[in-house]
Amino acid sequence: MARTATDLVTRLKRVDLWLPKVVVAPSFALSLFFVYGFIAWTVYISFTKSRVMPRYEFAGLIQYIRLWETPRWYVALENLVIFGVLFMAFCMAIGILLAIMLDQRIRAEGVLRTIYLYPMALSFIVTGTAWKWILNPTLGIEKLMHDMGWESFQFDWLVDREMAIYTIVIASVWQSSGYVMALFLAGLRSIDDEIIKAAAVDGAGPIRTYVGIILPMLRPVFLSAFITLMHLAIKSYDLVVALTAGGPGIATDVPATFMYSYAFQRSELGLAAASAVMMLITIMAVVVPYLYSELRAGRK
Amino acid sequence: MSARQVHGIVRPKSAAATFLRLLLFAVLGLFVLYYLMPLIVMAITAVKPLDEIRTGTLLSLPKDVTFEPTLRAWDSACVGVRCEGLKPYVWNSIAMVIPAVVFSTLLGAINGYALTKWRFRGADVIFGLMLFGAFIPFQVVLLPMARTLGVLGLAGTVPGLVLVHTVYGLAFTTLFFRNFFVGVADGIVQAAKVDGAGFFGIFFRIVLPMAPPAIVVTVIWQFTQIWNDFLFGIAFTVGDSNPVTVALNNLVASSTGVKEYNVDMAAAIIAAIPTLIVYVFAGKYFIRGLSAGAVKG
Amino acid sequence: MRRFKKGMALAFGLGLLMASSAAQAGGTVEVLHWWTSGGEAKAVGELKKSFEDQGGTWIDSPIAGGGGDAAMTALRARVVAGNPPTAVQLKGPGIQEWAVEGAVADIDDVAMAEDWDSVLPPVLAEIMKYEGKYVAAPVNIHRVDWLWANPEVLAKVGADVPSTWDEFNATAEKLKAAGITPLAHGGQPWQDATVFEVVALGLGGADFYRKALVDLDMEALKSDTMVKVFDQMRTLRGYVDPGFSGRDWNLATAMVMNGEAAFQIMGDWAKGEFLAAGKVPGEDFLCAPAPGNAFILNSDSFVMFEVSGAERIEGQKVLASLIMSPGFQETFNLAKGSIPARVDVALDAFDDCAKKSHEDLTAAMTGDSLVPSMAHEMAVPRSVRGEFLDVVTEHFNSDMTSQEAVERLVAAIQRAM
Repeated sequence: MARTATDLVTRLKRVDLWLPKVVVAPSFALSLFFVYGFIAWTVYISFTKSRVMPRYEFAGLIQYIRLWETPRWYVALENLVIFGVLFMAFCMAIGILLAIMLDQRIRAEGVLRTIYLYPMALSFIVTGTAWKWILNPTLGIEKLMHDMGWESFQFDWLVDREMAIYTIVIASVWQSSGYVMALFLAGLRSIDDEIIKAAAVDGAGPIRTYVGIILPMLRPVFLSAFITLMHLAIKSYDLVVALTAGGPGIATDVPATFMYSYAFQRSELGLAAASAVMMLITIMAVVVPYLYSELRAGRK
Repeated sequence: MSARQVHGIVRPKSAAATFLRLLLFAVLGLFVLYYLMPLIVMAITAVKPLDEIRTGTLLSLPKDVTFEPTLRAWDSACVGVRCEGLKPYVWNSIAMVIPAVVFSTLLGAINGYALTKWRFRGADVIFGLMLFGAFIPFQVVLLPMARTLGVLGLAGTVPGLVLVHTVYGLAFTTLFFRNFFVGVADGIVQAAKVDGAGFFGIFFRIVLPMAPPAIVVTVIWQFTQIWNDFLFGIAFTVGDSNPVTVALNNLVASSTGVKEYNVDMAAAIIAAIPTLIVYVFAGKYFIRGLSAGAVKG
Repeated sequence: MRRFKKGMALAFGLGLLMASSAAQAGGTVEVLHWWTSGGEAKAVGELKKSFEDQGGTWIDSPIAGGGGDAAMTALRARVVAGNPPTAVQLKGPGIQEWAVEGAVADIDDVAMAEDWDSVLPPVLAEIMKYEGKYVAAPVNIHRVDWLWANPEVLAKVGADVPSTWDEFNATAEKLKAAGITPLAHGGQPWQDATVFEVVALGLGGADFYRKALVDLDMEALKSDTMVKVFDQMRTLRGYVDPGFSGRDWNLATAMVMNGEAAFQIMGDWAKGEFLAAGKVPGEDFLCAPAPGNAFILNSDSFVMFEVSGAERIEGQKVLASLIMSPGFQETFNLAKGSIPARVDVALDAFDDCAKKSHEDLTAAMTGDSLVPSMAHEMAVPRSVRGEFLDVVTEHFNSDMTSQEAVERLVAAIQRAM
């Protein structure tokens, strides 16, 4: 303790000027290389005629032209829109509903919460087979109902071209709505009880209190739930493969399965890269504004 | 009605309110069914003998409960030419998950800390750029990653897979910690600085002890993501070092022969148990961690 | 020489393979394959055992799923990483695709020494070669154009196994009227395509098949015959049960077995399902060539990849020689339901369906009606096959007209080429 406090502080200050940067640098470098480097590689490959393996001769926009001439790509896009909108809407609705209901001082809250949340823990590699059984008309719910005497019951969406995409919504909502519930429950818990009491004193009914006062306060939660769900929707792959493998026909193809199938099954790396670039652009269009607003909020 | 319930907004005052309360439980109960159904189907099927599966429906309760399929799935079912069940692959997964979770969590914690409590010029831009990594579809990175691992001499090894998961976990772990630390008052850190504590001193003695909620959320998230990964497991491991998800897929995706649904389901449950345990026992802390600011928008 | 080979075949056929004089040293192989269950896993187990009996080291890399799709992902990642497996289960033009990239090793010296040319059907030998040199060793020959039938069900409507598609349709109508599902089918793209190519062969014959599905001749693809093929697909769509979509092929086989359905159009791996259930060919089930008087060839093979290290290169040669040895060809194919790729292996231990398959194979070779399977990746590159599958499966699962299907097919193939 010979040195004076001021000496120590100045010395530390100098070290501490660069230490935080040094600490963050490795992670940042990893991201630059493994995320942006790889994206750059993919963009480049999308301008080549790569098939089985990467080739590096520049070939212009041919893969993009081919991509937008492929009917299956439009099917995939349409499915992404249908699936994405319904998936997000249902996850939000169910998540918020469950969070509000659980916030009513339910006795068994701990158990219920765990039950609603556990699907997040499982991958579709694990639950895919079970889901296929449940949704299959000759094995699952439909058969169950018939066996119980309800002969006219029909639930054959899994094998119906027009409806199969909705079974994917059912299973994906099952997996992700619990997470939304957790986010909103956490949000509700962080709201000051005084506000709720004040609203009650003002004579606001429960619905008005929630819709008019509490939910608007949870705007940040909405935003992060929205972003999480959006990127889950765009990236969704496992569940489509596990449930329908894109079928019946190609009725449930989505961009992620399209890209995978062209890159790895059909030896069309260039075309697959072009579709990947389209996906990345979509993701960027959603995420970049979000990151921007997020960081501006953080700066205040 | 107990005093606790009075805090709720739907307060049981009248007959109508009681009815609402019943409705509430009915709806919650319905959702319980929806959420539990796949797990129930799996569990019931796993303990049924094969002929009962063929004759019954998927929800009919087993007449003879047998744990033979479970034992087979654990240590004698054939995956390829190797008939040792899922046991060896579970160990592979553990050997991969633990280091990957530890590294990505540590890096995330220190990044989050440096980016919020030692703001430097460009910190936000760096964070924004790193965060975008969370949104990249993994199919896109498979081939360049394979090349990189090959150059590093890590192709087909567990350390290689640990590297992959650490790198692609960084965005999330940094996000979780950053959002948590943003909520920690700067005053505490300032006071420590004035007292002469350095970058690491403050981190280990002051900030980290405050961070368990964020650590729990991050560890749960990373553990689940990495344990459940299938794509990287297929692309970057070789035969005997496959993680359990790949082995499960090999076991279930049979191309010929009699399908042993009970063994398949038992194997699926075995592969799911570690993440289930984590959620069941740590789920409480997960929500607490989320409320403590880990998801602040 | 011939006699010597026969002698070898016998010696091997007795059971376990013995270390042959040709290959004594061990070597190491790492084998990437997707045979992870049932008879196939058993068959690979035999290969492993034989290889190890010769002092070699076998590293198993099984990756199941999607008929090898997952394994192809792994293969691509491994080759890009510069760490390819020693041997890979790979077939058809897929072999050439990898050879063009310079990724595969030449095993021509083993092939020359053992004179593979004289024991393999020329169509198959051509597929195993790149620029005239062997790069792959075939393990079996599957016939795709089989019609599997339940004789009891056929007897109910007093029908025989049909020999033309018109007869098939007539029988199917009778079955339908009797409340029996005429065709057991699993609605997965590759199964749809299997039926499609069998129909194409039956309606157009081997020449049309070759022009349209192998040479991708635009005239043939646009022809009226192709329209008729799609018409017949539409007719068949009326003969399947409502739950067909996404069904695994072996569950469809079970429907024929249990008498729920009369026919299944499937390759001879379906036989394994019947045999495993204790059914006897000719009595409990019938195997008959589908209309067309030809033979659609499907074959599994192992390709040796370019690796370094004397130990691994030695392993490749030992493995190649082992795969082509008559003894292994017999044991393996008994387990898998196919017939040996070598046409000179005696079929005494095989069942009647296999014998029929072998007989028709020889006839097809002389009659020039042996054609490679499009649906099973023997005829066209994977990209083109994918386009076929998309169109066929879309047509089968929707109400697209045959004319539109043909137009889409032509456009898709031009795009993929």
